[in-house]
Amino acid sequence: MTEYIYLIPILPLIGFLINGLALNRLPKSVVSAVACGSIGLSFVLSVILFFELKALEPSSRVIEQVLFPWISVGSFHVNFAFLLDPLSAIMILVVTGVGFLIHVYSVGYMSHDPGYSRYFAYLNLFTFSMLTLVLADNFLLMFVGWEGVGLCSYLLIGFWFEKKSASDAGKKAFIVNRIGDFGFLIGMFIVFWSVGSLNFNQVSSIAPTVFAFGGTLITAACLLLFVGAIGKSAQIPLYVWLPDAMEGPTPVSALIHAATMVTAGVYMIARTNVLFMLAPDALMVVAVIGAATALFAATIGLVQNDIKRVLAYSTVSQLGYMFLACGVASFSAGIFHLMTHAFFKALLFLGAGSVIHAMSNEQDMRKMGGLKKHLPITFMTFLIATLAISGIPGLSGFFSKDEILWKSFSSQSGHPIFWVIGFITAGLTAFYMFRLVYMTFYGQERMDEKTKSQLHESPKSMTIPLMVLALLAVVGGWVGMPHILGATNYFEDWLSPVFSHGEAVNTHALLSSTADSSMEWLLMFASVALVLVAIYLAYNFYLKKTSLSTAMKEKLSGVHKTLLNKYYVDEFYGAVIVRPIIYFSLFLWKIVDVLIIDGLINGSATVYNDISEFLRQGQSGRVRSYATIFTLGVVVLLAFFMTD
Amino acid sequence: MTLDLVIFIISALTAIFGALMMIFQRNPVASVMYMILSLVSQAVLYMQLGALFIGAVLIIVYAGAILVLFLFVIMMLNLRQTEDMDSDSTPISKLAKFLVSGLLFLEMLFVVRGSYFQSSVETGLLSPQIDDFGSVESVAELLFTTYLYPFELTSILLLTAIVGAVVIARKPSNEDPVEILPFDSDDDEFKSAKAAE
Amino acid sequence: MTVPIDAYLVVGAGLFGIGVIGVLVSRNLIILLMSVELMLNAANLALIAFSRALNLMDGHAFVFLVLTIAAAEASVGLAMVITLYRNHDTVNIDRFSILKW
Repeated sequence: MTEYIYLIPILPLIGFLINGLALNRLPKSVVSAVACGSIGLSFVLSVILFFELKALEPSSRVIEQVLFPWISVGSFHVNFAFLLDPLSAIMILVVTGVGFLIHVYSVGYMSHDPGYSRYFAYLNLFTFSMLTLVLADNFLLMFVGWEGVGLCSYLLIGFWFEKKSASDAGKKAFIVNRIGDFGFLIGMFIVFWSVGSLNFNQVSSIAPTVFAFGGTLITAACLLLFVGAIGKSAQIPLYVWLPDAMEGPTPVSALIHAATMVTAGVYMIARTNVLFMLAPDALMVVAVIGAATALFAATIGLVQNDIKRVLAYSTVSQLGYMFLACGVASFSAGIFHLMTHAFFKALLFLGAGSVIHAMSNEQDMRKMGGLKKHLPITFMTFLIATLAISGIPGLSGFFSKDEILWKSFSSQSGHPIFWVIGFITAGLTAFYMFRLVYMTFYGQERMDEKTKSQLHESPKSMTIPLMVLALLAVVGGWVGMPHILGATNYFEDWLSPVFSHGEAVNTHALLSSTADSSMEWLLMFASVALVLVAIYLAYNFYLKKTSLSTAMKEKLSGVHKTLLNKYYVDEFYGAVIVRPIIYFSLFLWKIVDVLIIDGLINGSATVYNDISEFLRQGQSGRVRSYATIFTLGVVVLLAFFMTD
Repeated sequence: MTLDLVIFIISALTAIFGALMMIFQRNPVASVMYMILSLVSQAVLYMQLGALFIGAVLIIVYAGAILVLFLFVIMMLNLRQTEDMDSDSTPISKLAKFLVSGLLFLEMLFVVRGSYFQSSVETGLLSPQIDDFGSVESVAELLFTTYLYPFELTSILLLTAIVGAVVIARKPSNEDPVEILPFDSDDDEFKSAKAAE
Repeated sequence: MTVPIDAYLVVGAGLFGIGVIGVLVSRNLIILLMSVELMLNAANLALIAFSRALNLMDGHAFVFLVLTIAAAEASVGLAMVITLYRNHDTVNIDRFSILKW
């Protein structure tokens, strides 16, 4: 079966071609069957391949499939090849699995949209790009997928392009991503320049011999690659596009801007873990940025009123966790959180979509409330996801988050400060998530009568994916239980062959196993306690005594306003980056282009015009003067021949 | 001074005079008349050179047919006095035209006086005439033997000319309007250039 | 036979020059066409003269062919004159400046 790896990305591509080229001519049932069917087949294939891979010896779990040589110029050789190893196996399972559920969900969610087949074409194209990204066996092919998902993200954010804000958000996402891509490209060039290959396996084996440990070059390369990851995964300072990306359809937010695409940065760092392990300074930067983003985005999430924006900042915050994990050299924890986050965040977004669907496209939580009894399935699944993201023991989020917190504390490249930040963030996460739940599902019904009369539970095609995801959000974490609970961390063992190269080059980076288990217990209890306190606070503030929250708001109005306006980062970027660029562009346009370049071109044209105007006199159109000149020519020629 | 010379001088001068009057006449009918005069004089010169048949053909075909055709066209178009013909050419350009023509004439004189034929025509005097020089028989023999191929081609040329003349001069009927504009009138650039002028 | 051949050639050259003047100076399209005929005839005269001088009949055959061409030219030329007159209501050659762009 392993020779069919290429089918996994190709199937969604075929779906895209069918839906994209048919241009709305197919009936909706066919469109959805093609779209869901192609990715469903991909998922089945991924599962089969996963078990085939599992049947192999752990050390030989690397399958490379070279489809054809892609570029071969001089010493530069790139194959169009796919790489299936434990890491990419996890990723394709997540992408196709969650992607399939979201496709199914979209059938119901988008059923009344005029751009139905366009939507599914984009969604399939996205899945193709994402699978190319995770299955690529070299940097260049990965970059193709990387750009492809960026493009699809742009297309899907601006899906309702007739809305100005949506098309603006699409452009913003694309441009901000370009900044990151620039870093990725340069980093890629450095790697090729030094190693002479772009193949991941070759880079992993050659890099330790060509790069000095902690040297400037490798640090620069890693930082540039990380810039790419920052852009794609919405970390400080390039996170600004993700909250705006919520202009897209909600299933898109779930698939692209929560579960899969934004995790590409984390995946890329995990994939190039050898390089990062060679550059401890770069790892440090990754951890610092991750931690800072986690805390920063969580504080903004505290006060947002748009249900999707809260989730968006929550996503940024959780991505910060993943980078924190990578930064403390615990890549498997990062990937673990990536996976569990994909489950519960997709579920949260889809639940929010269900709410928005029921509320006639209202996204403001202040106009919701009391939806619990109207949307029972949505409420139950949403609550499960909230408990999971908050880190309630037993649910998936708990295990992954706890592992990250523990690693950031105990790892050799970690630091207690990272743990403190992660710890506070966990509390904030629980607080804003339960604030969301209380404002949406409990309390008074604040919507108007018309909306209220139309409240309805979503159709089956939407609730079934919710239930499947809820199940995954519960059990998804059980594969990675910590050792102290007496279980085996299957997840870490599964991924260990991928990260063994990295650990080999930097044996100090990871934790010394001397860390005592009592400390781990203590920290675990502390975070659980904090989460419970946060939930209680949210309960008090937003359900029991809502006056408290308004009082707090007035007391800390300055802070509240700052948070509500997202620390004025957008305004800051506007003033410092966008405005000067606009003025500079104006200068280039009005002065350089219009005056100098156009002047030169028009000037030369004018010169020729004048010359032609002069020469035109000779071409009077009068036959007689032509004849005269003709005769003159005869005379001259005769004279010439006679004197010869 | 022999009779030959007298006839030559008279007919040569008449030919030149007729030609000059032809080009400087304002009235095209008179122009045609002077052209006929010139042609008849030239026919005399031909005959003097022994080309009796060609001379006769010149009078019959040229004076009798072609120039009548000219006359016919002039009558048909009713070109009595050449309408104003506003003189837009300056005296300088007119002078230049005479100068160019004069130069061409001078060059031709040089060619005539040059040594091109001196090997075969020793003194420029006419050689003795052979027996049937210029007769219909000898001309016909040449045309239908040596120059048969050009002769037949000429017939095709004439046919083409007839068809061409008919097609060109035909009055365009309303059913198939003939596009006489030199440019594609759909061409926007052309239109705008026209409008700009 | 005392007239030298050069004399005939000079007359031919003269007629040809007059024809050129006619083409260059005349504004009447019909006169212009006649000038062209005149030039052809001047060439014919020269051909006859050479034919006589070389005692060869070939010149006569050429003249015969030139006459045919002159007739063809006159018929097509006059047909064009008619069409032009029909469209522009004039035979003034300076009015026909459509050769200009």
